[in-house]
Amino acid sequence: MRLFVSEGAPGALPVLAAASRARERAELLISTVGPEECVVPFLSGPKIPVLQLDSGNYLFSTSAICSRYFFLLSGWEQDDLTNQWLEWEAVELQPVLSAALYYLVIQGKKGEDVLCPVRKALTHIDHSLSRQSCPFLTGETESLADIVLWGALYPLLQDPAYLPEELGALCSWFQMLSTQEPCQQAAETVLKQQGALALRPYLQKQPQPRPREGKSVSNEPEEEELTTLSEEEIAMAVTAWEKGLGGLPPLRPQKNPVLPVAGEKNVLITSALPYVNNVPHLGNIIGCVLSADVFARYSRLRQWNTLYLCGTDEYGTATETKAMEEGLTPQEICDKYHVIHADIYRWFNISFDIFGRTTTQQQTEITQDIFQRLLARGFVLQDTVEQLRCEHCARFLADRFVEGVCPFCGYEEARGDQCDKCGKLINAIELKKPQCKVCRSPPVVKSSQHLFLDLPKLENLLETWLEKVLASSDWTPNARFIIRSWLRDGLKPRCITRDLKWGTPVPLEGFEDKVFYVWFDATIGYLSITANYTDQWERWWKNPEQVDLYQFMAKDNVPFHGLVFPCSALGTEDNYTLVSHLIATEYLNYEDGKFSKSRGVGVFGDMAQDTGIPADIWRFYLLYIRPEGQDSAFSWTDMLLKNNSELLNNLGNFINRAGMFVSKFFGGYVPEMVLTLDDQRLLAHVTLELQHYHQLLEKVRIRDALRSILTISRHGNQYIQVNEPWKWIKGSEADRQRAGTVTGLAVNIAALLSVMLQPYMPTVSATIQDQLQLPPPACSVLPTNFLCTLPAGHQIGTVSPLFQKLENDQIESLRQRFGGGQAKASPKPAVVETVITVGPQQIQVLMDEVTKQGNIVRELKAQKADNNQVAAEVAKLLELKKQLALAEGKPLDPPKGKKKK
Amino acid sequence: MAAAAELMLLEKSLGLSKENKYSAQGERQIPVLQTNSGPSLTGLTTIAAHLVRQANKEYLLGSTPEEKAVVQQWLEYRVTHVDGQSGKDDVRTLLKDLNLYLEDKVYLTGYNFTLADILLYYGLHRFIVDLTVQEKEKYLNVSRWFCHIQHYPGIRQHLPSVVFIKNRLYTNSH
Repeated sequence: MRLFVSEGAPGALPVLAAASRARERAELLISTVGPEECVVPFLSGPKIPVLQLDSGNYLFSTSAICSRYFFLLSGWEQDDLTNQWLEWEAVELQPVLSAALYYLVIQGKKGEDVLCPVRKALTHIDHSLSRQSCPFLTGETESLADIVLWGALYPLLQDPAYLPEELGALCSWFQMLSTQEPCQQAAETVLKQQGALALRPYLQKQPQPRPREGKSVSNEPEEEELTTLSEEEIAMAVTAWEKGLGGLPPLRPQKNPVLPVAGEKNVLITSALPYVNNVPHLGNIIGCVLSADVFARYSRLRQWNTLYLCGTDEYGTATETKAMEEGLTPQEICDKYHVIHADIYRWFNISFDIFGRTTTQQQTEITQDIFQRLLARGFVLQDTVEQLRCEHCARFLADRFVEGVCPFCGYEEARGDQCDKCGKLINAIELKKPQCKVCRSPPVVKSSQHLFLDLPKLENLLETWLEKVLASSDWTPNARFIIRSWLRDGLKPRCITRDLKWGTPVPLEGFEDKVFYVWFDATIGYLSITANYTDQWERWWKNPEQVDLYQFMAKDNVPFHGLVFPCSALGTEDNYTLVSHLIATEYLNYEDGKFSKSRGVGVFGDMAQDTGIPADIWRFYLLYIRPEGQDSAFSWTDMLLKNNSELLNNLGNFINRAGMFVSKFFGGYVPEMVLTLDDQRLLAHVTLELQHYHQLLEKVRIRDALRSILTISRHGNQYIQVNEPWKWIKGSEADRQRAGTVTGLAVNIAALLSVMLQPYMPTVSATIQDQLQLPPPACSVLPTNFLCTLPAGHQIGTVSPLFQKLENDQIESLRQRFGGGQAKASPKPAVVETVITVGPQQIQVLMDEVTKQGNIVRELKAQKADNNQVAAEVAKLLELKKQLALAEGKPLDPPKGKKKK
Repeated sequence: MAAAAELMLLEKSLGLSKENKYSAQGERQIPVLQTNSGPSLTGLTTIAAHLVRQANKEYLLGSTPEEKAVVQQWLEYRVTHVDGQSGKDDVRTLLKDLNLYLEDKVYLTGYNFTLADILLYYGLHRFIVDLTVQEKEKYLNVSRWFCHIQHYPGIRQHLPSVVFIKNRLYTNSH
């Protein structure tokens, strides 16, 4: 038998391991061929490794080759579980794995970009291992499945950076196999101690893997499977249900201010502070405030003692510049924009306990105190810094006002603080070809005295803390990854001062004209904002034993929250509360691109209200596509689809029907319910799904928990459809009782859904609860069991539809309005021509342009100017008039102000 | 053909009574079998092999280690290369390769009828019905094999029978 291999072809790994396990390794003739050589005569493409059998036939599937060896072992039978793993490996794992390896080895990508495609598959293996609590995939002993999967994964996972430590079961399985002799030898032979790079000669001849259709940006839920229920589960669900309102836990009284209580679960929630002079876009909103809001509302429904805070981050150069632009003082700019932010979040119904700001006396006091303590403990260094100064603008350039070529990846538009492409932090003077962002002239390097936080000296403290906190808490995988890679690269001292006026003053001689750099004091903003809320702020922030701190942010903010602030706080030796759960989202894209304020692409917070689509619909859709685990994209068509299918046809339809049956058939009173075994089974299914919802939200898996709500509602719809209460109601007394039971159970499910929905869609939730007249105690607490909260005889209110259909033309006109390209009509005709849809504003702009151009022409004529010049201006005028006529000829209606009931 | 429907065809051809319940998972509708005796099984070929054992027809999975490996390879080929295929070029390559492979074979393993023949027949059916007379002649070995399998007792069931012409029409093309 002859085995054909090729340098760097990963398939040889499991084959060699399987052969030596079957003690057949010695019999094997191995021929090395080029990666493009077609060994198998009947296959059009190259395929490696290939085993030529003694019969002359060929085996070109890696797992088939491996299983041939296993079949030779006496007593070995291929069972269902092994088959299932092999099929999964071929169909699910291989496509994503080859993509990941290709990104890593050929495209030089790193970190999350590589892990992202395979994360789901890795998690699947981990869950399977931990669920069955056996050391191997198919049980107590090693099988073919272990060898095949190990061999496939080895090139990637042998690098500890790509072995996610939070997947504990996967890690120990992988490490156990990797230490076995046959595996070690195979790894040695194939990878030659070069790691994944050894695959290069093979992978570079492969076509770039195509992501599976519709898989690149995944907005789709996994299909839910109906689990089988045990008698016991059903009995427990029935017992809980029968307790009714009496089964509710007691309500905790509302207090003001909210302060931690010993012996209770005290939850402190922050969402990243938005920078004051940017209007947030949908991506910012879902990334921090909205995600944190869902969790805060959920936390309150669980009766946990909850404080949710946020505020605007107001210091820094950007504010100074904006102030210059608008001819206001920095403080006036902050006052103006703080209100804009607050309005947007109010419209989105964000339930802050505090929405503060960083430009306060408390901010100065706390920041200076932390600084003094760090200084006294020797964690602050002083050094001369080479800094970029724009002589043309006569000022030192803040990092974000310098642009140039990234020294790490060569990206052309890297900012002075961070490269958007590779995500690395940059020292502005290291930028190649720097340019002042304002005037585009090249800045010069000047030196200035600055203070540094001695991060290397704090690294040990940090690692001790991280080890403890990461083991026991819920940091999202991307946050863990980012922190790990920072630590691997080694921490360096970071400058914490800046030559600016608009900031927290540095309380040190010789630094009177400098302020703290925002990244040092912005995270202290959470503390000062709390201090503005209550003078007992230290009970939250210097109380790590009693307080659980949840911090929400987009992934670019992870280093500051997971590393820099903990270092500062640990260095003070002042017992600060540090983050226990760092929840970072990936990015949200807009349609197929990025949000861009400057290009007018995407929906920004203040525009969402003008679309006529209610805030709750926005909340629903944004949470439905929350970039949890991977980037996702906002799409208008998808929003229409999800509104019409999930909200209107599924959730809205069910709740409305349940309520209508009570009104129409039973005069508005909830009927008697006599549960059959089928009803009890439904009860148990709903209970199970409710518990699933709790498990997910406890782990802050917001997007997945929303699916549970929709699943329950689907069960409900199906239940009504199958049981047809509208037919039974016309029958005998017993038939009417059956109709009553179905209606009663359905309306109770609707009541449960209204509470589960509250974190996601607070207004809709309140509307349902009002329609059903749900008793107040049941509205503000969500127990872990499904209780009968609307008992027989309860009178409900008036039922009406909850959602409006979104129409195609409405969405189409919104898409065009926010699509970019026509944010401002330019006076240049060439640009005006690209305007496809024209709203009243554009018409107004065009009219103004026509008037202006008309004046220019008249003036030129009056001055008897050169004929050519006049002709050119007249041509411009005519073009503008044509555009205007075109625009007025088919003006599009602004979207109708549809409001949901 | 949906995977569940295909598995029910297989059940019938194996002579099993219809007691199994199938559902589908994910956007690609991967079949799931809820078994009475343990956890559910996921995946077309996994369930198919399970059914074969349920029917005590293990010989359909191959007899020698080599034959078993060959069966497994073509089952994998079915789910990785045949399913999800839609581009005309991809289908052409697929048929060309198979045609070459089947040149000296009656069945996929050579001389023994196995599960690989059944599932590849079900999987290819949607492509073969659309072939022109000329294409069927071009992939002569595939046509011969396909025609043979569809006449194998109990396999085709309600699937449309594909007509093959025995005498060559396009003698020039060879």
